[in-house]
Amino acid sequence: MAMLHTVNKSVFERSTLDSCISMAKAGSSILLIEDGVVSAIAGTAAADRISKAMENISFYVLGPDLRARGMSEDRVIDGIKVVDYEGYVDLTTEHDNIQSWL
Amino acid sequence: MADVKKFMYVNRKAPYGTIYALESLEVVLIGAAFDQDVSLAFVDDGVYQLTKDQDTTGVGIKNFSKTYSALGDYEVSKIYVDQESLDERGLTLDDLQHLVWEDEDDDWAEKDSIRVLSRAEMADLFEEQDVVLSF
Amino acid sequence: MSFEVNGKTFETDEEGYMVNLLEWEPGCAEAMAKLEDQPLTDAHWEVINFLREYYDEYQIAPAVRVLTKAIGKKLGKEKGNSKYLYELFPYGPGKQACKYAGLPKPTGCV
Repeated sequence: MAMLHTVNKSVFERSTLDSCISMAKAGSSILLIEDGVVSAIAGTAAADRISKAMENISFYVLGPDLRARGMSEDRVIDGIKVVDYEGYVDLTTEHDNIQSWL
Repeated sequence: MADVKKFMYVNRKAPYGTIYALESLEVVLIGAAFDQDVSLAFVDDGVYQLTKDQDTTGVGIKNFSKTYSALGDYEVSKIYVDQESLDERGLTLDDLQHLVWEDEDDDWAEKDSIRVLSRAEMADLFEEQDVVLSF
Repeated sequence: MSFEVNGKTFETDEEGYMVNLLEWEPGCAEAMAKLEDQPLTDAHWEVINFLREYYDEYQIAPAVRVLTKAIGKKLGKEKGNSKYLYELFPYGPGKQACKYAGLPKPTGCV
């Protein structure tokens, strides 16, 4: 019963990602999209919180949204996988259900 | 020109996810025609608007980050960036575009538009304004 | 609205500006100018090409005063003034030249 959560808000602006992390079950996945991609960057004030959550949740980030904001893949926190739109679709089919956090 | 007012546009959102960044930029370009004392502040996620090497081909949205380089032509030469916002996001001045303006009174010398300020300096600057427009 | 170049149709908005600026080709400028009885000389083309380069670099159609200053810098003082540009483009260098160049109407232009 693994769930895919998508989060499209920046961790610096809204509490959406923190709420999502606190309610996501172990073994589920979080995909960061749109403005949410800035939460995936290493060396930020939120990076430790996210690294800790990665102990039992898989993290993904949407590459095209990352590049639109001038952030290259090599700036992403170790362990977060960068996916393209095809990878996004694969994730949706690999999980039992999806929750889109808005 | 006694009726020149100090206008500051405060930008606090990342680009592309919402319309705020583009709307602000358009208002700045239109407003530049009115010969006011204009400045731009980039605070919180707004600092992402100025990152260099933005590539929007994958998301199908116009890369309007190129337009910030035209601000100098529009005589918008005061761009303030909040240091704390950069730090919090693991960014440095080096991650931002190099924006310049040409000083007519100094033989068109190219000068840097961006100045990085502490939060306290930014707060002081807000206080000095006649009009603050928040995006 | 639309116009045709060599049998190909190009869509425009209600003011005659091209809807898809990526479709632009030199023939489009000629066709749009013809609709307004505006002959295009080398001097006109100099401004049109300048505008296309400006758009490519900055992603905007410059305001008239910005265009005037930039033209003066690039093509010389005798061309960087409203008189010269309005003689070339009587409907306004911003509006008319941008239209022929396949650009949107300059931001802030009503």
